[in-house]
Parts: sequence; structure tokens; C-alpha cells
Amino acid sequence: MTPILESLFGGLSIASVLLLAALGLAIIFGLMGVINMAHGEFMMLGAYTTFVVQNALKKTPLSDIYILFALIAAFIVTALLGLILERGVVRYLYGRPLETLLATWGVSLILQQFIRSVSWQLMLGIAIFSALFFGALWFAGKRLDFERIRSWLIAIAIPISAAIAWFVCDILAKIYKLPFTKPWFGTQGVDVTAPRWLRGGLPIVEGYQLPYTRLFIIFLTVVCIAGIYWFLNNTPWGLRIRAVTQNRNMSACLGIPTQKVDALTFAIGSGLAGIAGCAVSLLGSVSSNIGQQYIVDTFMVVVVGGVGKLVGSIVAAISIGLLNYVVASNALKPLISFSPQLTAIADFFASGPMAKVVVFALIVLFLQIRPAGLFPQKGRTVDA
Amino acid sequence: MTQTNGAIADFPANTDGHSMLDISNLNVYYGESHILRNVDMSIEPGKMVCLIGRNGVGKTTLMKTIMGLLVPRSGSIRLQGKELRGLPPDRRAKLGIGYVPQGREVIPRLTIKENLLLGLEALPKGAAKAKEIPEDIFELFPVLKTMLNRMGGDLSGGQQQQLAIARAIMGRPRLLVLDEPTEGIQPSIILEIEAAVKKIVRETGISVLLVEQHLHFVRQADWYYAMQKGSIVASGATSGLSKDVIQEFLAV
Repeated sequence: MTPILESLFGGLSIASVLLLAALGLAIIFGLMGVINMAHGEFMMLGAYTTFVVQNALKKTPLSDIYILFALIAAFIVTALLGLILERGVVRYLYGRPLETLLATWGVSLILQQFIRSVSWQLMLGIAIFSALFFGALWFAGKRLDFERIRSWLIAIAIPISAAIAWFVCDILAKIYKLPFTKPWFGTQGVDVTAPRWLRGGLPIVEGYQLPYTRLFIIFLTVVCIAGIYWFLNNTPWGLRIRAVTQNRNMSACLGIPTQKVDALTFAIGSGLAGIAGCAVSLLGSVSSNIGQQYIVDTFMVVVVGGVGKLVGSIVAAISIGLLNYVVASNALKPLISFSPQLTAIADFFASGPMAKVVVFALIVLFLQIRPAGLFPQKGRTVDA
Repeated sequence: MTQTNGAIADFPANTDGHSMLDISNLNVYYGESHILRNVDMSIEPGKMVCLIGRNGVGKTTLMKTIMGLLVPRSGSIRLQGKELRGLPPDRRAKLGIGYVPQGREVIPRLTIKENLLLGLEALPKGAAKAKEIPEDIFELFPVLKTMLNRMGGDLSGGQQQQLAIARAIMGRPRLLVLDEPTEGIQPSIILEIEAAVKKIVRETGISVLLVEQHLHFVRQADWYYAMQKGSIVASGATSGLSKDVIQEFLAV
């Protein structure tokens, strides 16, 4: 009994992280057919937001429940960034999946480097540049011949704004020195410590206890899924999202503002990535490439689950999580101990990376049999 | 929504002297192939206009262009004097065009009720506060009332067609665009749909643009336009629709 219970809970805790991370991706992919390669980096930003909130509340009475504020802050920060990404980049690339893939991948690289080198100097520079550039555009936008001069205005405004921003920051860096130029996070990982009530664990069976952080993540995942289901099924915007997911053109013809629906969905999906990032920050050190550890797994969850069905993602995440844990922890060893050959094979694959090899190999096999995933859309309405 | 014994309430009045819909010199291309050639068409307020023509002459293309799903290369489309060019479909719906496309396009994995509520999206902000379906919809299509919680995709073709028309009427349009509403539907339901459309026109005074192959339905319209190879080649009152014209333009 012990190994089975142990692998059940261990697998569930992996599955809940996977699912939390994949949820946002599944919603965005289901609605818009857009693969957001920057999803992992949104998780990373959520994790860093948690770190910032933790430090900000450290010496205050709220430090015990900082994680709640961190969840909200992470959701808001990543949702806003998702909104900017959709409005600024993705919406120009609808219907061109390859370009979207490359563009969001580029964004993910930018975000990684941004986190490594962000300092007051950089932030101020970006703020000055944005203020000058968009201010100039806004100011010129009031002129009647704006459309005619637009392109050369942009060509001139970019270098001038950049030069001014660079110059100001350079001078300030010479005056204030290190506190101004020192990166906030640097290339080293930072550590989020779980609040006191999340330390320790719940003893499940003899010799195995489920850490409270894992339980918290399972709970968080359940809350997020319930929240998403409630939102999609009981609110006017949820209804609009479901309609656009199924038939974009007809929804537009009924008067649904599809652009707003896209922007909102992208923001919610990204916000969920932020919450996932907040959750994984409890599991280990947070660094700028933490997103890459998760992105591949989350894609697997979405692909195996089948596009457009949340229930598919849920089942896929649980299966992959369980399989991963069982193989990696060699939990079934007592059951196959009768055969030395099987035991040798199981021992060979009993480590994190090797378990992943097994899982991916099985996914490849699975997709040969069911290319559309666990829960494909059925019937004559598929193409509509 | 207010309700006056059986009559359909809340439809916008047509009083400003413009044609309901004015299409002039419209040219539409799919890539490099020229589909609609210099199409002119006009629909007067409160009238039912039928567009006839054989398969593949561009009727549905014209409907899609009116709705904004296709972008014309030149020409203009005006709804009560307001130019529609450059507006996305959702804005056109909000201006008062109710669209029932070919193939009905009921949203399959939403319930009948949700499909109907989507029709309210075309109403101006705040006008659709009460998320209720007015009784007049069920008077037009009683069959819908009995299956509000079934999925749209599970209905038969005729029921889907009724749902699609009801959904368009929910948005209280000025102009109802019907693209082959009787295609592939059993005769008894065709008569029901015909009666409902006539009732809508009679009681609300909205205009209807109908694409139709079914002769009996065509005869209900006030005016016809006949299309061939992407151009309007004939038009007139449907009362004067002669056997020759029918032979030439209807696929019967």
C-alpha cells in the first residue's frame, strides 16, 4: 500500500504544478490557436514578483500571509504584461503560427535577459525613452497630417529618445554609483522562503510526508480550475470567450468584440502563468531561466490533452505527473522484484531526467495513436 | 424588455428618409479572381428584398461583404446613409444588421439559451441588462422554448435555422440578412420559417435581405435582384417575376 499512496500523492503534486502552468497556455491556445513561447517567462516573472512582495512585507505584520498578496500581485503583473504582448505583438500575427512562435520566443529571451540586468538605471532609461517616444507620437497625433509624417517621425523619435535616455542614465550612474546601477536580482538565483505555516509536512504514510507547500499548490490548482470554470460558465465575458473559441466569425457577426475577447483571454492566461510562477517559487530557487524548465512540460500537457478542452489538460497533467513520479521514484520496484531484468530496467530509468525520457517517449507513441490528443473535438462541427 | 401583447417591441424606427441599405459599385476579389463586379443594390425601409441566382454566382460573397467578413476592393455599402467600409463585423452588428448565415452557424457547444443570449450582444451597452429571452421570440419559434438547455449542435437542421433567426432577432436589427434559410430543410419547417419571417416583417417594419432558391419563399418578397457571374443582371417587383426569369435564375 505504501508505495502506491506515496506515488499517488507525489504524482499529484507534480501534476498540480504542471496543470497550473498549463492552464493559461491551454486557454490561450484553445481560443486563439496561438502558442505563447513566453509563457514560461511569465511564470518566471510571477516567481520574481513573489520574491519582491516577500521582501517588501518582510518586517511588517503581514509577512506571515505575504503569499496571498504575492499571488494577487503576480496575477496582475503578468496579466498586464500579457495584455501588452497581445496588443503590441501577437495581434498583428494572427493566422501566422510560425511567426507567432518566433516572436513570442524572442520576447521570452528578452524577458530572461531583462530580469538578469534590470536595475534602477535600466528602468529609468526605459521610462524616459517611453515617455519621450510615446509623448512625441501622441503630440504629433493631434496634427492633421499625422499619417503622412508618421514613418519619418518614428525614425527620428527613436534615436533621439534613446540618446536622451542613455545620456540621463549615464550621468545619474556617475553621480549615484553602485546603488543606482546594481542589478536588482542579478544572474544568481534568489530564494523565496515559504511562510511559517507552510513549512513542515503532512505525514501520509510511514517514512513519507507531503510538504505543506505541495499541499498548498494542489489546493491552489483546484481553486484556479474552479475559478476558471466558474468564470467561463457564469459570466458574460466567459460566454463571449466560449463563443469566440468555437466560431470566431459568427461571434463577430453577432456583435461580440472579438479583439477585446482576445486581449482579455491573453491577459487571463498570462495571469494564470503568474500564479503558477508564484507557486513554483515555493519549490526551489528562482532564477531567470526557471521558465524554460516548465515550458516543454506544459506544452506536453496541452498537446496530450487536446486543444480546446480544459478537462483534457486536467487528465493529461495528472497522467504525466503520476507517470513521471512513479518512474523517477522507482515506486513500483517492490511489485516487479520477482524479475531481476525488470528491476534492472526500472533502476536504470529511476532518476528525474531519465523519467522524463520515458514520459516523452510514451507521449510520442501516444500521439501516433491519437494525434488530436485525449479529448479531440468531435463531429461535423470540428471545422466550423 | 417591455412587451405589448404579441407585437414585437423595441425595434428601431425607420424615419430618416435614407434607404435602409445602399450598395454601389461594389467590387470584391478572392485573391486575384474577381467575384463581385460593380454590384448596385438598394433596400427600402420595411421592404423584403430577395436576391436570386444560381449556385456560385456570388450571392453569399455579397452577404459576407455586407457583414464585413470580406473586404471589398472598391465601392461603398451604406446603412441608412452611414458608410460601413472599414468597420469590423461586430460594429456592423451593433449598427443593426442581423445576420443569419448560410449553414446557420449555431454555436455548437453552447446551449440554446446561451446561443439566444449571444444575440443580445448587438444591442447598445446597458440595453441588455436583463439576461432574459423575451416572449416574442418563443411566439415566433415555439419549439425553442422546450429545449433551452440542449446544446446548439444537437438540434436538427430546421431547429438550428429557427434558432439562428431567433438569435438575429434578439439583437433588434434594422436589417435582417438571411442567406438561404431553407437550404436542406424539410418542407413543413420551410413553411414555418417563411411564416415567421413574414410575421417579423409585418410586425416590426424591419427590412429583410433574403438569398433564396425556394420559389414559394421568393414570391413573399417585395422586390428581387437577380445575379449572374457576380453582377446584378435583372431586378423588379416579385409580382412581375415571370416564368422566363425564374427559369434563368433559379436552380429549379
